Amino acid sequence: MTTLATGGRRTLRRPPDAVVLPIVVLLLLAAVAVSIAVGPRTLTFDDLLAALTAPTGTEADLIVRDVRLPRTFVGIAAGSALAVAGVIMQTLTRNPLAEPGLLGVNAGASFAVAIAIVVLRIGEFGATMWFAFLGAAVASALVAVIGGVGRGASIGRLTLTGVAIGAVLSAATAALSLIDPHAYQSLRLWGAGALGGRSLDAAVLTLLVVAVGLVLVVLIAPGLGLLALGEDTARALGGRIGIARLGGFLAIVVLCGAATAAAGPIAFVGLLVPHALRAVFGPDTRRLLIYSALVGPILLLLADVLCGMLIAPRSIPVGVMTAFLGAPVLVALVLSRRVQAEGAPS
Amino acid sequence: MSTASVVAVPFATGRRRRIIWISSALVLVGLAIAGLSLGDAAIPVPDVFAALFGRGESGTRLVVVGWRLPRVVLGAAIGAMLALSGALFQVITRNPLGSPDILGFSAGAYTGALLVIVGGSVSTAALTAGAVGGGIAAAALVFVLVARRGAGGTRLIIVGIALTAMLGAVNTMIELAADDVVAHTAAIWGAGSLNGIDGRWIPLILGALALGGLAIAVMAPALALYELGEDRATSLGVRPVRLRISAMLIGVVLLAVTIAAAGPIAFVALAAPQIARRVWRSGPMPFAASAMTGAVLLLFSDLLAARLFAPTMLPTGLVTIGIGGLYLAWMLSGANRRRR
Repeated sequence: MTTLATGGRRTLRRPPDAVVLPIVVLLLLAAVAVSIAVGPRTLTFDDLLAALTAPTGTEADLIVRDVRLPRTFVGIAAGSALAVAGVIMQTLTRNPLAEPGLLGVNAGASFAVAIAIVVLRIGEFGATMWFAFLGAAVASALVAVIGGVGRGASIGRLTLTGVAIGAVLSAATAALSLIDPHAYQSLRLWGAGALGGRSLDAAVLTLLVVAVGLVLVVLIAPGLGLLALGEDTARALGGRIGIARLGGFLAIVVLCGAATAAAGPIAFVGLLVPHALRAVFGPDTRRLLIYSALVGPILLLLADVLCGMLIAPRSIPVGVMTAFLGAPVLVALVLSRRVQAEGAPS
Repeated sequence: MSTASVVAVPFATGRRRRIIWISSALVLVGLAIAGLSLGDAAIPVPDVFAALFGRGESGTRLVVVGWRLPRVVLGAAIGAMLALSGALFQVITRNPLGSPDILGFSAGAYTGALLVIVGGSVSTAALTAGAVGGGIAAAALVFVLVARRGAGGTRLIIVGIALTAMLGAVNTMIELAADDVVAHTAAIWGAGSLNGIDGRWIPLILGALALGGLAIAVMAPALALYELGEDRATSLGVRPVRLRISAMLIGVVLLAVTIAAAGPIAFVALAAPQIARRVWRSGPMPFAASAMTGAVLLLFSDLLAARLFAPTMLPTGLVTIGIGGLYLAWMLSGANRRRR
């Protein structure tokens, strides 16, 4: 069956990696360059070069090193993490609408961070990230148990459960930030999903943690690829389903936790990117994972630049922009034949 | 899950119903008295009654009658209207999740009202017109989107969730683009709150509730037939298309007026009719019981919002999201258990 399937797909002439991969990498580099170069203050190329190579503490150096570089790093890390987590969640739940934002995982992570900041008075970024992991783990387990993952689960019910639990957790987060005026200030921007406001150290830490998560994803990618064919097929082909599931869950927790701790709950990246890529590359899980890791940052960085320009000099939190861009994709998906064929309406 | 609740509930006897009506009325009165008595300055219940009947100190009278009474009256009325709106949409969509906040109508009504605020007007009439216009536009959009593929199962609901997300983003952008004073007003009101609601809304809200209730009472027999299925309803003389459109318009107006007054208060419209259906054990949608449940639910949530972290007052909408979301999750897990 698998050979037939791949044979059928090959005839569709998916673009070869040798051509596409360099293009995507170049696009990512361009997005990174734009993200560093564009901001409320216009800087010359020389300013940027000096700030990156030989900083001397001028105002331009401070802007680049304290504001734009961290923002760009957080964008790379969160974009990769959320897009890859989307692919994993869609594979594990066999639900094309699964996504860290929609299923409430990001809301769980941010609620735990809010508890750390408001109740436990923990301000240090490295410490709050552990809370984000915990929150992401609890929320995903909760949604999985209540919404019913696995055989016979309804796409609609799982999605609705995620939305409901996400709504409760975000309301609780909002309540926490409202009862504490001090926390309100620090949670206000972050609560909507924004790339700015982190120190360079925190941004680098986020990048490292996401990199660790991506290594984990590489390790379980073969198992995920088998799971994508269906549980029975995967078992018949000798896949170790339990390990792939557990590894996938851990990867989701690490990726979503790190992204949310750094950038707040950002929805729809995990839905937008994998589905756009599926339209180009087909359902090959391995390719989806690789390209999601590269295209997620492109989307998030460019969306953030757009957010800075739309109502300048103010800026829109990037999570607002991803919701605006991602919601039509959700509509298109749920109205499409594909989701219906997989048994969405029950 | 979609239509199960229509058939699964056993009917209750008249005596049981009477007991439920009397006890829920007592709960409502109790919550109202608590709402009048509790606050930053707690007023003993006898003094509350004295103030209500025009006796007692003038200061106490001002607090009880001038400040707290409008909030309690408006809270109960808004809760009832949200529940009626939800009940109407749940009947039309034949889906217990087909409530206006999930379908994106609340977000649309809020967009309309927000545009009016940014345009520089905060009069009751302008806000209401904006909210009604936005709500109707969102409703039309949702039904156009699902018209071609049909609203079966959860498709309608997920389209609504997507529209809610998108309009939510638009609303945030409008708030951010507005100047600071407007943005601050909008943000407080945007969480859905009875904090700061004032008496000027009483005529409009009570008028809309009375008219909407009357219209629903007239339509109730046709709606009960409609719940049995479109074919059967048609053969019994119901005109389904006309019924759907008029029910939808009444539902959107009821909802939009509450949003103009208090901002979007989520999940009451979703939960109240379903709770009423279970408590009253009713076959057809129990509209009066839904209204009573909505009023109780909102007064309770408002009391919680105001007193939980006193002196900080949470927006009422945050508490209803908490209660309603938990209820929704419970409902989904219940459906889960039944299916296995």
